[in-house]
Amino acid sequence: MRKRTDDDRVFKALADPTRRFLLDRLHLRDGRTLTELESALDMTRFGVMKHLRVLEEANLVVTIKSGREKLHFLNPVPIRLIHNRWIDKYTEHHVSALADLKAKLEESA
Amino acid sequence: MTAAPTSDAPARVFRVFIRATPEAIWDAITNPEWTERYGYRAPMEYDLRPGGAFRARSTDAMRSMGGPDTVVDGEVIEADPPRKLVQTWRFLWAPELVAEGFTRVTWEIAPSQGGVTRLTVTHEVAGAPRTTLILVGDDEMGAGWPFILSDLKTLLESGTSLQGS
Repeated sequence: MRKRTDDDRVFKALADPTRRFLLDRLHLRDGRTLTELESALDMTRFGVMKHLRVLEEANLVVTIKSGREKLHFLNPVPIRLIHNRWIDKYTEHHVSALADLKAKLEESA
Repeated sequence: MTAAPTSDAPARVFRVFIRATPEAIWDAITNPEWTERYGYRAPMEYDLRPGGAFRARSTDAMRSMGGPDTVVDGEVIEADPPRKLVQTWRFLWAPELVAEGFTRVTWEIAPSQGGVTRLTVTHEVAGAPRTTLILVGDDEMGAGWPFILSDLKTLLESGTSLQGS
């Protein structure tokens, strides 16, 4: 069998409702501790850690040490890479990205 | 992921694994001839020493949209090639963005395994909600850093970016 690719890891990580729930929590507010993430789930600390490890191996979650704590951040880059591979191939990507940037800059004005 | 992310997070973190050397990634970040080949394609000019100036020059496309000659400015805080670059970052496109002041961007480049290098961008955006919206995107992957970093990976690994240059 062929080697497991980065994309395989992302799809595997996303194919679980608990892991999607953890990503949703981080999407609402980034940089959470394990204790914070655990509090919203009816699951052991060890169970939550296992799910977070799968997300980290897929690069969907990045952890940063802050003092004695480890903070978890949602990393959208792997999803973007999948998006590029199957969607942007068929579009005038650069043009739309710049138009989007312009719209956001003008929203700010 | 439907709810809007809060914009008061102290920092946002973006990470990509690239099949390239740390030196190649450092060049792609700091050399304007490289930065005009991916992402928004603005030539980035760095004076790579503490206190040195940083600016992103406007592209023709940005100018045709009414953008200023320099779209981003800032200062180099730390330059440790090819491992770490710390800089400030301020958008100059609109007065409201200028008013948010300088945010801080840290680029960390670390060898991973099998000829792959890990690039992590940490953007400290506290107090800069508009800058956050532009670089993180309201859907977290529509634009901004995920767009720039995924395009950088594609360019370094395939020799062409999404636009195909």
